[in-house]
Amino acid sequence: MKLSNIKRFWISFILSIPMLIQMFAMPFHWMMPGYNWIAFITTTIIMAISAAPYWSSAWAAFKHHSANMNTLVAVGTAVAYFYSIFAMFTGHEVYFESAAFVTVFVLLGDAMEEQMHNNASNALAKLIDLQAKDAEVERNGEFVKVPLDQVKVGDIIRVKPGEKVPVDGVIVDGSTTIDESMVTGESMPVTKKKGDDVVGSTININGTFNFKATKVGSDTMLSQIVDLVKKAQTSHAPIQNLTDKISNIFVPAVLIIAIITFVIWYVFLNAPLVTALLFAVSVVVIACPCALGLATPTALMVGTARSAKMGVLIKNGEVLEEVSDLDTVVFDKTGTITVGKPQVTDVVGDQNKVLTIAASLEENSEHPLATAVVKKAKEDKIALAQVKKFAAIEGKGVRASYDGQTAFVGSDRLLEDISISQEMKDQAIKLQKEAKTVVYVGLGQEIIGLIAIQDVPKPSSKAAIAELKKRGLKTIMLTGDNPNVANAIGKEVGIDQVIAGVLPTEKAAEIKKLQDEGRKVAFVGDGINDAPALSTADVGIAMGSGTDVAIESGGIVLVQNDLMGVVRALDISKKTFNRIKLNLFWALIYNTIGIPIAAGLFMGLGLTLSPELAGLAMAFSSVSVVTSSLLLNKTKIAGEAA
Amino acid sequence: MGISQIITLIVAILLIGFILWWFFGKHQEAVGTATVDQGTQEANIVVKGGYSPSTVVLKQGVPAKVNFDMNDSTACLSHVVFEQLGVDKDLTKQKITTIDIPTDKKGTYNFACGMDMFHGKVVVK
Repeated sequence: MKLSNIKRFWISFILSIPMLIQMFAMPFHWMMPGYNWIAFITTTIIMAISAAPYWSSAWAAFKHHSANMNTLVAVGTAVAYFYSIFAMFTGHEVYFESAAFVTVFVLLGDAMEEQMHNNASNALAKLIDLQAKDAEVERNGEFVKVPLDQVKVGDIIRVKPGEKVPVDGVIVDGSTTIDESMVTGESMPVTKKKGDDVVGSTININGTFNFKATKVGSDTMLSQIVDLVKKAQTSHAPIQNLTDKISNIFVPAVLIIAIITFVIWYVFLNAPLVTALLFAVSVVVIACPCALGLATPTALMVGTARSAKMGVLIKNGEVLEEVSDLDTVVFDKTGTITVGKPQVTDVVGDQNKVLTIAASLEENSEHPLATAVVKKAKEDKIALAQVKKFAAIEGKGVRASYDGQTAFVGSDRLLEDISISQEMKDQAIKLQKEAKTVVYVGLGQEIIGLIAIQDVPKPSSKAAIAELKKRGLKTIMLTGDNPNVANAIGKEVGIDQVIAGVLPTEKAAEIKKLQDEGRKVAFVGDGINDAPALSTADVGIAMGSGTDVAIESGGIVLVQNDLMGVVRALDISKKTFNRIKLNLFWALIYNTIGIPIAAGLFMGLGLTLSPELAGLAMAFSSVSVVTSSLLLNKTKIAGEAA
Repeated sequence: MGISQIITLIVAILLIGFILWWFFGKHQEAVGTATVDQGTQEANIVVKGGYSPSTVVLKQGVPAKVNFDMNDSTACLSHVVFEQLGVDKDLTKQKITTIDIPTDKKGTYNFACGMDMFHGKVVVK
C-alpha cells in the first residue's frame, strides 16, 4: 500500500482522536471505558501504517552501520509502543498516546516540509517555463511555425508584437522594443534595431522583426542561467561542513545520551521505571537533526533563485560565505564604472593633421581609445592615409612610417623618449583634470598634437558607489589610465581611492597586494584581461556585457551592465548567508536546549517535556527553518525593480 | 541499589559499547559496479535507509546511467542531490529514477539526500 505522508497523517490523526479526548479528560478524572483496549487497537493501526516505514528505513540504515533521524523516530515510537503493550498485560499504566502522537507530529512535520521544499524549488521551474514553445521560422521562403527544439543556428525567425523571442540571435530586419526583465531584472523595455542582439524568452512589445538565430537549445542565455542556478542550488556552502560532521555522530550520540538519561533516573535517582523511560524517549524524539540538515540547502535554494530573477547569478554557496567577509570592492574603470564607449572631445594642434595621422595609425589597432579616434575622423570626413611598418609599442602606443617620417600615437609613457613643449604639457594636464584621457600624437622627434578622449561614467555608478560606502565598504578604482584622468573620474563618482597607471597584466597583482594588507577584496570587471583579477579576488563579479572568459572566472555574474547590480549582489548574498547562519543557530539551539529539558534536567523548575510535546516541537523546528528560508523571498533588496 | 538496577546499569553499559562499536567502528562497505551492455553501462542503487551500494564504480568513456530504486517511504531520502552536476531529483514521483552520469573524465561525483545526511559516490575510472 502506497500512501502519501499527508494521507498517512490524516488517517493517524483521526485514529488518535480517542486518545486526545482522554488526554484532555484526564484532569477531570474521567476515564474512557475500555480505554486501554481502544488505545491499543488504534495505536497498533497507526504504528502499522505510519510508524512502520520509519522502523524499516531505520533497520535498513542500521544494517549499513548508519543512523539517521528515522532511527530516532523509530526508537522513540517503538519503545513507547512496546513498553505500553508490556504494561497493559502486567497491569501498569499505558503510554500508547506517546507513541501515537509522536508519529502523528513527525508525519505532519514531514508532510509540511515536503510541501515547502516544493515551493522553494518551484522558482527554478518558473524560469524554465519562460521559454517560448514554438518559433516562426523561415523555411523555403515562407514563415512556418515549428516546435522550439527544431530551430537551428542560422535560421531566420520572425517575431510579432506580444510574442516571446524564441532563442538568442541578432536582428537582421526591423526594430522594436523588448521587455528583457526576465533575464536582466531591468524593468524598462529596451529599444532594439538591426544588428542588435536579442535574448531568448524575452517579450517583444511593439514591433515585428526578423532575426538570425545564433544560439539554440542548451546554449541560449536562459539555459545557461538555469544551469548556473541549478548548480548553485545544489552546491555546498563551507559552513555546511559543520553540519556534515555533526550529522555523522549525532544520532548515535543521542542514543547514548538517552541511555545515560535512563540509567541516571532509574539507577541513581531511584525514579520509577516508567518515568525514566519517558525521559529517555523524549530525548530521542526531540533530538531529530532535521532542522539542522534543512537549514543551508533551503536558504541557498530560495536565495539563488531570487537573485537570478534580479539578474544576479551567484555561482555557489562558497561565494555567499565570502561576500559576508568583504571589506573592499575594487572596480575596473573602462566599461565597469564608465560606459566603455569613449568619445573624442578635444583636439589640440592642427586639427586636420593631428586627426589624420592619429586615425591612420589607430585604424590598425583594436584598443577602445583607437576606435574613438577613428570614429571622430570618419565623422569629420577626414581621409585616412596609408601607413607602413605599423608596430605596437608595448604598453605605450603604436608607431608607423607616415609620409617618410616616423609617426606615433600613444599615452604619456611615450614621453619618456620624445620631447614636448611646455605649452602642450600644460594643455594635457588641463584636459586630464577634466577627466579626459589624453592621447599624444607625434611626428619625427616631437609631439604635434593632443587628442582628448572622454569615457563618461554610467548614470548609476555614482549612486551605486555611495550605496556601497554606506555599507562600510572601501571602494577602489583600478585603471591603466593616467592619474589625473583617473582621479577626475574617481572624484566624479565619489570613489575612495584610485590606483592609476596599472598595466592590464598588473591588475591581479594589485588585488593580491590589497589582500596581503589583510583586506577581503571583491573585484568587478568585464574584459578578457580582467579574468586573472576576477579569479584572484576573494569574490569576482563579472559584468554581464562581459566575455565568456570573464563570466567563467567570476563567482557572481551580473546579467545587467549596471553597477547597481553589484549592490544587489552583495545584498542578496549577505542576506542569504545571514539566513543560513540564523537557521543553523536556531536548529542548534533547539537541540542543545531541547535535549537537557527532555532529559529532565530542569525537573526541579517544573520544566519537562513529554514525548508528545517533544514530537510537536521537533516537527515545528523543521517547519520553522523552512519558513525562515522562504521568507528570504520577502526581504527588501536595494534598488530592486518594483 | 537493587538487583534490577544493577542489571540495568550493566545492560546500559553494554548497549553503549555496542552502539560505539557498531556505528563508529571500521566496517567494510560494499562497492557496486555497472553492467556494460552494447556500449552503455548501467548501475543500480537501492534506496532504503541509505544507499546500497553507496559507492558505484563506472568505466570512463562509456555512456552511463545510474538507477535509483526507491524503497523507502519516509521523507528523509525523498531527494537525491548530485552537487557537482547540479542535479536535484525527487525520487518519490516514480519507482526508479535514472540519472545520466558524464563519463568523459575520470573523477568522483558525490551524491547525498536533500538534507545532506546520507552520502554516496559515483566513481568514474
